[in-house]
Amino acid sequence: MSRIQACFEQLNTSGRKALIPYITAGDPNREVTVPVMHAMVEAGADIIELGVPFSDPMADGPVIQKACERALESGTSLRDVLAMVAEFRRRDDRTPVVLMGYLNPVEAMGYETFADACVSAGVDGVLLVDLPPEECEDIVPQFRQRGVDLIFLVAPTTTDERIRRIGEAASGYLYYVSLKGVTGAATLNVEEVASRVETIRNLAQLPIGVGFGIKDAASARAVSRVADGVVVGSALVNQIAANAQRTEAIAPAVAAVLADMRSAMDE
Amino acid sequence: MTERPDYKAFPDQRGHFGQFGGRFVSETLMAALDELETMYRRLKDDPQFQADFDYDLAHYVGRPSPLYLAERWSEQLGGARVWLKREDLNHTGAHKVNNTIGQALLAKHMGKKRVIAETGAGQHGVASATVAARLGLECHVFMGEEDIRRQRLNVYRMKLLGADVIPVTSGSRTLKDAMNEAMRDWVTNVDDTFYIIGTVAGPHPYPMLVRDFQSVIGREAREQSLKQAGKLPDALVACVGGGSNAIGLFHPFLEDEGVAMYGVEAAGDGVATGRHAAPLTAGRPGVLHGNRTYLMEDENGQIIETHSVSAGLDYPGVGPEHSWLKDIGRVNYVAADDQEALAAFRELTRVEGIMPALESAHALAYARKLAPTMSADQNLIVNLSGRGDKDILTVADIDGIEF
Repeated sequence: MSRIQACFEQLNTSGRKALIPYITAGDPNREVTVPVMHAMVEAGADIIELGVPFSDPMADGPVIQKACERALESGTSLRDVLAMVAEFRRRDDRTPVVLMGYLNPVEAMGYETFADACVSAGVDGVLLVDLPPEECEDIVPQFRQRGVDLIFLVAPTTTDERIRRIGEAASGYLYYVSLKGVTGAATLNVEEVASRVETIRNLAQLPIGVGFGIKDAASARAVSRVADGVVVGSALVNQIAANAQRTEAIAPAVAAVLADMRSAMDE
Repeated sequence: MTERPDYKAFPDQRGHFGQFGGRFVSETLMAALDELETMYRRLKDDPQFQADFDYDLAHYVGRPSPLYLAERWSEQLGGARVWLKREDLNHTGAHKVNNTIGQALLAKHMGKKRVIAETGAGQHGVASATVAARLGLECHVFMGEEDIRRQRLNVYRMKLLGADVIPVTSGSRTLKDAMNEAMRDWVTNVDDTFYIIGTVAGPHPYPMLVRDFQSVIGREAREQSLKQAGKLPDALVACVGGGSNAIGLFHPFLEDEGVAMYGVEAAGDGVATGRHAAPLTAGRPGVLHGNRTYLMEDENGQIIETHSVSAGLDYPGVGPEHSWLKDIGRVNYVAADDQEALAAFRELTRVEGIMPALESAHALAYARKLAPTMSADQNLIVNLSGRGDKDILTVADIDGIEF
């Protein structure tokens, strides 16, 4: 059983929902990331989405664009991100790690090399924002054979037929994008999300994480009532940005936001 | 090339030109692209849609554009007879309007009231603002801060036309970043917004539909050449940034095996310096802005900054059909640097009284080299894709002249 599947099953047994934080790897430097990952787990994170910085993050709002710029400035490459996961695994063999990013750095490395590197670093899942199921028929088996989950987005605009198809290509969980927009955009509408999550549940047999627009403990709590997981990104990256000049303050600041969300979700 | 492909069969149903093209976007946009493709496939064979498009091209754009024999320049170069396809004489001053007329018609059929566009040199922004003004659509144009500085005349033109010009301050602050920002706007406002992409790049179906709209250039040139020169041309030359004017000229000639084709990329300070915008000459395949194509990227797959005196060619990617035409060997891709383009700009202005856009000047710069290698009974067509008025301030800056 994959770490991601085990994680959701265990949460299910205990009646809790997954808290899934996102940070961009190497933001603002390469030394910060692994300690922040551990701090997030201590604060109640169940799965970590680790962003692979890209020069042209088309689906991201200004907060994560800036995070990518800082990470690239500090020289973070896809190989560095994989090395961070390997380092994280030395102390944590339980928490699933998902790499989230854009396709081109993976194309540049080569799919097979990348899939192998994921296995040896201890990466559990990969989410490539600009890779829809239509374009990855050749790629899916590379990951599946190696037991690496491919996670896909489902959007408010996704038709039922596509949800079925995405459900077939995906494993691990589905990431429902709660609003039309980029990351860190306006606040989400919980009722709308609830009804869409219900639709997705009827069409695909995977846990559903919801992200985009979750800003605080209240919205995390609301979403946790309707979904299997809550993804939070920009709200954490804001903490990193605010403390970019005094990096020792980053881990506590990020952990504080997450701990609030955790307790609100578990209430 | 072992076997001649059926060029008209490309792209395939999923938008691929061989390994290139496709639809690499985030999930939110997939439905909008499906909707656009369905509408386009329905309308492109609809006689009424074609008649509306042709009417606008004739009466609003002023087509057909002339095929002009540059006699004095040909004589000076000493070789082939050089003809200029005068896209600079179109309404708004460049080939870009052929495409915006077509896409605005699509927007109208789809009931979209708001259009967005990205622009580099500002020509596509102006052409988008123009059709939006005529149809009463709300228009927002994304433009890199660096390009706004270089192309302030076009910025003012867009504002006069009623468009909102949004400065883009991320990344290299040029065309690629404007395209990122337009994509972000589209994903946010996808229900009521039509994205008018200005070149033959982007996710399927854009490379196909922009090519189809721009192919009027090549269809006219082919007919005009038969009539005026009495035969097909021996060579075609066009500049390639995203590559819409080039594909528009080339596409109707692809099956004419005797017609050689040259796409001219921007070599900036020189390909060897690394400071250029020539992905077909010095890049490798990757994925950006929704399609797989040749890109300028570093060893880690990060897109690198491009350099060209011409804002319209300052783009790290290229239309996927060009990538395919390069790999199958049908089109030759070459490069001209800033200095060569500026020299051609000055020469055509002085010898023929035609001031070309700096983009088109790259094609002219290569034609200057090619024509003397050809014989006097051969014909060479250069796509004069735009006029140079917008570049006067750039050239004046280089000359050290202040207004």
